[in-house]
Amino acid sequence: MEAASSAATARPSIHTAMRESRVPESAAPSELKAKLRINKLNFYYGGFHALKNVTMDIPERKVTAFIGPSGCGKSTLLRTFNRMYSLYPEQRAEGEILMDGENLVTTKQDVSLIRAKIGMVFQKPTPFPMSIYDNIAFGVRLFEDLSKREMDERVEWALGRAAIWSEVKDKLQQSGQSLSGGQQQRLCIARGIAIKPEVLLLDEPCSALDPISTAKVEELIHELKTDYTVVIVTHNMQQAARVSDYTAYMYLGELIEYDVTDTIFIKPKKAATEDYITGRFG
Amino acid sequence: MSAVATAPSAIHSGNRIYRSRKRVNFVLLAISGLALAFGLFWLAWILGTLLYEGGNALARATLYYQMTPPPGGDGGLANAIGGSLVMVAVGTLFGTPVGILAGTYLAEYGRRGWLAGATRFLNDVLLSAPSIVMGLFVYSVYVAKVGHFSAWAGSLSLALLVIPVVVRTTDDMLKLVPNTLREATVALGCPAWKMVVSVTYRAARTGILTGILLAIARISGETAPLLFTALNNQFWSNNMNAPMANLPVVIFQFAMSPYEDWHRLAWGGAALITLTVLVLNIIARALFRKSD
Amino acid sequence: MSTATLNPPESAAGSSARTDVPGPRRLRSAPWADKAFEWLTRGFAFLVFSLLLAILASLVVGSQLSIEKYGFAFIWQSDWDPVQESFGALVPIYGTLVTSAIAMIIGVPVSFGIALFLTELSPKWLKRPLGTAIELLAAIPSIIYGMWGLFVFAPLFQTHLQPLMISTLGSVPFFGALFAGPPIGIGMFTAGLILSIMVIPFVTAVMRDVFEIVPPMLKESAYGLGATTWEVVWRVVLPYTKVGVIGGIMLGLGRALGETMAVTFVIGNAHRLATSLMAPGNSIASALANEFTEAVGDLYFSALIELGLILFLITTIVLALAKLLLLRLARGEGTRT
Repeated sequence: MEAASSAATARPSIHTAMRESRVPESAAPSELKAKLRINKLNFYYGGFHALKNVTMDIPERKVTAFIGPSGCGKSTLLRTFNRMYSLYPEQRAEGEILMDGENLVTTKQDVSLIRAKIGMVFQKPTPFPMSIYDNIAFGVRLFEDLSKREMDERVEWALGRAAIWSEVKDKLQQSGQSLSGGQQQRLCIARGIAIKPEVLLLDEPCSALDPISTAKVEELIHELKTDYTVVIVTHNMQQAARVSDYTAYMYLGELIEYDVTDTIFIKPKKAATEDYITGRFG
Repeated sequence: MSAVATAPSAIHSGNRIYRSRKRVNFVLLAISGLALAFGLFWLAWILGTLLYEGGNALARATLYYQMTPPPGGDGGLANAIGGSLVMVAVGTLFGTPVGILAGTYLAEYGRRGWLAGATRFLNDVLLSAPSIVMGLFVYSVYVAKVGHFSAWAGSLSLALLVIPVVVRTTDDMLKLVPNTLREATVALGCPAWKMVVSVTYRAARTGILTGILLAIARISGETAPLLFTALNNQFWSNNMNAPMANLPVVIFQFAMSPYEDWHRLAWGGAALITLTVLVLNIIARALFRKSD
Repeated sequence: MSTATLNPPESAAGSSARTDVPGPRRLRSAPWADKAFEWLTRGFAFLVFSLLLAILASLVVGSQLSIEKYGFAFIWQSDWDPVQESFGALVPIYGTLVTSAIAMIIGVPVSFGIALFLTELSPKWLKRPLGTAIELLAAIPSIIYGMWGLFVFAPLFQTHLQPLMISTLGSVPFFGALFAGPPIGIGMFTAGLILSIMVIPFVTAVMRDVFEIVPPMLKESAYGLGATTWEVVWRVVLPYTKVGVIGGIMLGLGRALGETMAVTFVIGNAHRLATSLMAPGNSIASALANEFTEAVGDLYFSALIELGLILFLITTIVLALAKLLLLRLARGEGTRT
């Protein structure tokens, strides 16, 4: 228990603010309005059963974290939400992922529309081989026909919300790849929110970043949740504790425990969760 | 700025831009399928023509034992087949050791100095260079000097075509041999040269053999270099120092002529060469894949 | 990585002084054997290195006569008269460049389409057989292309497609002059078309190889925004791989420029400069193939060798550039990580 509470209390002040903005302990995830309802989701890589009967609700406009040891399926689960697995024929999902009443697994709707509504940021920054401006404009032009002035506004807005506008406003025509790692990742976040998605999926977004950039991104996540539902996968427990409202602990493809973050980290209900949190294994 | 955040979402299936993008996508992907069909179409047509026109000629036994006929006459391709076999064999025999040894230098001793990098670069340029220039080269330095065409000259020009292929594959294959194998061998007290010859070559032998087969496949079909070196011979010849008949030049001569019989023989020769080349390629691939 | 930099066995042999432990029987090899082998291989490598330079030198020497007589004017003189002994390289150079240009204009988009299909659209089980089939196009000897072009394609082209092209494309103002003239089946356009088929497997192979090393995460980022497959390839994959793609295109160009037999059969062997692509012409390689063995007279020979020199220079420069680009790609400068 000691290790867990020390993780919970040894945080810088900005994170105290984050903690105070969270819903009080009594509101369990299922009591809130759910943006995504996952029901008995199973996932297979070829013959390998990677996700087993996962059932959970992702609350709207909150930050939900998936944690667990390597190979537990947290990234796999995240990638089912935006149907990224559809790019690979040997991967398939069965079950329900309901968003606004539509089951994303079986929907007849075009996959690219789902993906536009559910944005994703990856482990390594992936700026497109274009200018910073075009990186942002690329996604917007897929769905909107904006005048130059409107597009400039949108680009400024997206870069501003990603807390990178002041750093790049004088070099918008430079290549996206000319930025530092932390800036590139914030550019990718800006790119993701420029098209105004409903959900933001972050797959270990800070794993390739230095601590200062990581702190900036975590601040950003805290602000983004006012407009977006955020789901973050992280192998860094302290990060999950700092940043998320709700945490799901997964192991070997199964959802072991899913609850308010403070509960998971201070008073987990399952022994397996406690073992992981306290570092006894994993 | 909040106007941006609160405007209604443009992401829905009725979006005009989205629909036109989807149409464009469909059309362009369909075009890429057509491109594939385009390529396969020519392949099928060419191979089909070859089988059809050449098949008849190949089936006649006279093709294989009669000599090339005089204009308007009928006959076979025996001397041409024989000549090609001889020159391909001699060319491979000369070119392979040069290629292997040079490739060995590049892979095993090439770390220091400038020679390896420069050789590799120039070798790759040679690999794709026009083969007719090789013929001109051998003509200038050998044929013109001795005053006559010969099978030796032809074999030499083929050898020059074999060398870049073998250098490249030997270099690549030897580089694939893991260093731990070399270190283990030398650690036993084995001298470096013996390590290369007995161990590294053996480890890469399939790959090197594949390279040789590909080189043979390449020179089997080459016409241009033989035009000015071996020329042609209407009869069977055992003399390496004189012009020798060979399939590609015979095909060239017969095809460009107005005689039906000659055309038929040309198709037969063309089918024979293509079959050889394809079989060699398939064997080389199968060999290589098995070694993985 | 070469291990010849490892300590040679001399030192190992030198430390075999331990007598209490039976050591392995060392292979008794003369101490100079290593050096000898290294020098042997170095010698052959040097031989290969000098081959290109030797070819260049011999071509220059062979063209001496012609260079002395015509100087640089050789390149833009268009008459080719063995009887009067007046030679100019314009027609063959023009034919070489034009047929290669046609080959690239047709071949590069087709190769791109095939590479796109193989990397993004093809089901997994189909990839290898399709790839092999396209590579077979490269294995077919060029004389086959020539024969097929002359006997099968040209007559059909002449009766069915060519009149159509001449009447439709030929009536477009300005541009139409390229397609004017009687349909004869053979000619520069036919040669260019057949060259394009020969070039396709080379360019496709390079494009496919570079497309496949694009990091999946980058493509997924684009798909993740809702982009279509075409948009991902055109706006992300292609810019990311552009150095490699250009290298592959130049490789194809180098091959097209030097191709002999396929062109010789169908280009028409005419030493006339014509504006129409439908007309017969000549390429450097086809001129050499047709005329070299029958040339009489030192000047004639020298002019032909000078043609060969020009071709060699053009192809060497193009191929060297291609190689440089592909080397930059391999070193990671061309693709961004």
